[in-house]
Amino acid sequence: MKPAPFAYTRPGSLAEALATLAGDPDAKVLAGGQSLVPLLSMRLAAPSALVDINGLPDLDGVTVTASGVRVAALARHADVLASAEAAAVQPLLAMALANVAHPTIRNRGTTVGSLVHADAAAEMPVVLSLLGGSVDAASTAGTRTIPAAELYVGPLQSSLRHDEVAVSAFFPALAPGAGVAFEEITRRQGDYALCGVAALVDGASVKVGYLSVSDVPTVVDLSGIPVEEMGEAALAHLEPADDIHATADYRAHLVRVLTTRVVRSAYDDARGRR
Amino acid sequence: MTTKLVGTPVQRVEDQRFLRGQGRYVDDIANDPSTLHAAVLRSPHAHARIIDIDVDEVLDLEGVHAVWTHDDLAGPMAEPLPLLIPHPSLTHGRTQYALAKDEVNYVGEAIAFVVADDRYVAEDAVGRIRVSYEFLPPVVGIDAARAATHLVHDDVPGNIGARMEQHNGDAPAAIAAAPHRLELDLTIERSACTPLEGRGTVARWDPDVNRLQVWSSTQTSTGVRAAVAVKMGLDLGQVDVITPDVGGGFGVKINHPWPEELLVPMAARALGRTVKFTEDRREHFISSAHERGQVQHIEVGFDDDGRLLGLDVMFWHDHGAYTPYGLIVPIITSTQLLGPYKPGAYRVVFESLYTNTVMVTPYRGAGRPQGCYAMERTMDAIAQFLGKDRAEVRAINFIQPDEFPYDHGLIFQDGRELEYDSGDYPASLVKLKALVGWDEFPAYKAEMAAAGRQVGIGLACYVEGTGVGPYEGAHVHIETSGKVKVATGLTTQGQGHATVFAQLVADELGVKHEDVEVVTGDTRRMPYAVGTFASRAAVMSGSAIHLAARRAKEKVLRIAAEALEADEKDLQIVDGVVSVKGSPGSAIDLGTVSVLSNPLRYAFDEASKAATQFSVGDPGKPPVAEGEEPGLEGRDFYSPERATFASGMHAVVVETDPETAEITILKYAVVHDCGNLINPMIVEGQIHGGVAQGVGGALYERMAYDESGQLLNASFMDFLMPYVTEVPDGIDIDHLETPSPLNPLGVKGAGEAGVIPSAAVFAAAIEDAEGIPIIAMPISPSDLFHLRQIHAKEPS
Ligand SMILES: Cc1cc2nc3c(=O)[nH]c(=O)nc-3n(C[C@H](O)[C@H](O)[C@H](O)COP(=O)(O)OP(=O)(O)OC[C@H]3O[C@@H](n4cnc5c(N)ncnc54)[C@H](O)[C@@H]3O)c2cc1C
Repeated sequence: MKPAPFAYTRPGSLAEALATLAGDPDAKVLAGGQSLVPLLSMRLAAPSALVDINGLPDLDGVTVTASGVRVAALARHADVLASAEAAAVQPLLAMALANVAHPTIRNRGTTVGSLVHADAAAEMPVVLSLLGGSVDAASTAGTRTIPAAELYVGPLQSSLRHDEVAVSAFFPALAPGAGVAFEEITRRQGDYALCGVAALVDGASVKVGYLSVSDVPTVVDLSGIPVEEMGEAALAHLEPADDIHATADYRAHLVRVLTTRVVRSAYDDARGRR
Repeated sequence: MTTKLVGTPVQRVEDQRFLRGQGRYVDDIANDPSTLHAAVLRSPHAHARIIDIDVDEVLDLEGVHAVWTHDDLAGPMAEPLPLLIPHPSLTHGRTQYALAKDEVNYVGEAIAFVVADDRYVAEDAVGRIRVSYEFLPPVVGIDAARAATHLVHDDVPGNIGARMEQHNGDAPAAIAAAPHRLELDLTIERSACTPLEGRGTVARWDPDVNRLQVWSSTQTSTGVRAAVAVKMGLDLGQVDVITPDVGGGFGVKINHPWPEELLVPMAARALGRTVKFTEDRREHFISSAHERGQVQHIEVGFDDDGRLLGLDVMFWHDHGAYTPYGLIVPIITSTQLLGPYKPGAYRVVFESLYTNTVMVTPYRGAGRPQGCYAMERTMDAIAQFLGKDRAEVRAINFIQPDEFPYDHGLIFQDGRELEYDSGDYPASLVKLKALVGWDEFPAYKAEMAAAGRQVGIGLACYVEGTGVGPYEGAHVHIETSGKVKVATGLTTQGQGHATVFAQLVADELGVKHEDVEVVTGDTRRMPYAVGTFASRAAVMSGSAIHLAARRAKEKVLRIAAEALEADEKDLQIVDGVVSVKGSPGSAIDLGTVSVLSNPLRYAFDEASKAATQFSVGDPGKPPVAEGEEPGLEGRDFYSPERATFASGMHAVVVETDPETAEITILKYAVVHDCGNLINPMIVEGQIHGGVAQGVGGALYERMAYDESGQLLNASFMDFLMPYVTEVPDGIDIDHLETPSPLNPLGVKGAGEAGVIPSAAVFAAAIEDAEGIPIIAMPISPSDLFHLRQIHAKEPS
């Protein structure tokens, strides 16, 4: 469980980081290391170089405005979770983040890192997708904004290019009158979910995001369907699978149970905010 | 008067060090750049013949010092590893080689051993070894082993390593004649010890004195020493084995020698350098040991009260690819299955089977959890059949307090009769029912049901043979400083031996607890020892230390009486000072007595000067009189006739979610009887840890092998060892103290108790909550969901 050899750089400026990435297609960005380092140790990944972005200036912090929450690349899950302003503007952030791993991992792991790692079992990619947020990516060619709908292209695959650094993510604020809720079932507290559900309701509009029951973070528009039937309807868009922790049938069952529960809580949430 | 420490919750002296990160484990030894590091090439296949191993590219890598395969091993090192505990029923015992010869039989089996400047380079080098294999069909799981379509070892027909039968009376006849009969088919899956510190060994060869020093994370330093000496062709006197802090053992580290425990010393001698091997987590999952996997068939005959008239058990035990630890686990299952009960007649037959998986050696509980599961599931089935209270059916089958010693007419794992020394099971049950609220539970259950919630309660009883022989020894040395140095040979893996053993010595010698220092597992300090397993440390080393301290005390009193010109009977020792009772002026401290015990000519310290005021010894005799030895020491050994039997009962209340099938623990209660308690806090700590592991085994952990013999969850991400969030918030514990008549302390072992009844007690509680028979453990929410579906379709 020791990584294969790799070069390591810790650039002091974003330009330097981007230049290094542009010059080495096998280099990888290192942020909190909570997903990447285990992959290296198990030799499931063997990049030529790690470009450690932890020394970059101006990349930490959570900025909250009336329109939403901007999370910079070096903001840790714990920073976002601790921000009362962020929770006030977009309550789904804290609801979901409390389910991301354990405190020690949240202290190191970055929310942006989680977003671009693009794990369909992770909470924050689903949250970004459900809320219609975006990620800002920088490269030597400049900066572009990638909408969540274009970010997730395959299992553990984002549309971020190898020469890009994701510099921030933006989570839109909760609209007045809207409500959100989140619930997941894990084997142990803090584990990746067997099935997780996030809901955003706004009047007649019901959107539900799912984790761990598809290859990519999936959001389904369930507006107009009776609440008890929403889970069944969502399953048409999902692909729950067997693994050593749960069968596909059980996961599908959880989709049905949780969808009803979470959509109801989201309506309760909306009422509670009035 | 010094207050007695035995029986009180003395704070652990170890914890300051551990909590401050000052523990010193094998990986902390020889932590300097000159130490070389080893890595092992392990088989990626469950069953294959090795055609060729090509190591040509390995030595090209900078920083690599050597690589070994079986071809490079010589003499005893090239022979199979020892079968530690042979047994006549183990007709087809097999052990692996330190490095595989010709064939591999599980994913993880060691094939080549590389030593390099650091572990990174060593792993790079391992990646360069090319092995060509001829694949053989893997045998995975008990069903495949029994079907024996394919064989693990060509020369072991039916994959049967052992078949063993024991009986007392004619069980089949008793069952046939019984008013009621039931049959049960049960399964229990594999789990493992998973100590947070894996295996590890450091060795250093000193060419100046031709001696080998080995540090190993083991539960038996004396066993490792003997094995290393034999395999390396050394005399015992040339080998020291030292066990530093050990980050958990739970049984896996009693098996020895592990391949690396031999290869590291071999490499250290060959290279003339200190060599270290530190097992990583994946290696621990695939190359150490597992336990628990069994399939059981039970037939039972009983009367209208639920009295067991005949019990006939057949079980199949998956022992993995090899049998280094013999039949200890299935023998324990087959005998300890009886628990606190006395069936009219009993027969047990087991087959111990080969599979192409990691081998099975004892894991905390060592076969008892499976036995308890078989017996307690049977008790519940009888109660259900008769419509009786589950506690009542158990009570009617208990061995009664006046029936001890109770001989079951069977042979236990230590080769001695299965004879219980003492116990009071009815009293335990009374306590447990009160503790968990057994009689009030039906009302609570109804109340919860009215609120749409589903709860269930279960209980399970066990008896645990602890403190098996053959012996342990102790050495107690009173220094001229008055401090007491104690050594015993068995090892410590966090139990708190330094605290508990010091309590015994402090009480016996009349010294302060902080003046006693305990060393365990160092063959330089106590070369005769067996090891830490079978909940034996308090019983065995505790008794030996008590006896050794008593010997030292006898000598103290003899010398002090002479020095103080008093009668031994009038002396007392309080806080390290010997004085004449009622005449406080007449006193001598232990350090001075120690000086007097050694007629040395030279005075180095204050204690020696202080001693000059006393005169001891007969000027007409030699300074060291016949029958005497210089120094203030006591040494003794304790060797019991047989094991002493601790017992206990657990009860758990669970809630199952009607929608998600999640299982939540609402209450966990334990009544525990390990005889006299030396330190109740430490015993409770053992119970907490055991219950935590038991929760893991019952609700979370399993070894997920696929049909090709790959372990799919060889990491802590996928092997679901419970976090603190998964174990009960509080465990209600009550003690009963039924002393053992077999040892001077009246103690029984406590180390394994917490884990024994878990599979049984959770199965019972979930069954009670769900009204569905639970016959396979562990159980996950996904499993429970499917059970509900099956039973909804075919209501029983
Ligand atoms: C025990 C454990 C449990 C966990 N449980 C959960 C859980 O329940 N839910 C969950 O969502 N996550 C979980 N995680 C993962 C955790 O949230 C990670 O921190 C997160 O997924 C990745 O963030 P990071 O900063 O650690 O990224 P890293 O590990 O440093 O990087 C991950 C990947 O993203 C890339 N990357 C990171 N940041 C950038 C950037 N700014 N620009 C470009 N590329 C970048 C890296 O190159 C790498 O490919 C768990 C982790 C552990 C160790």
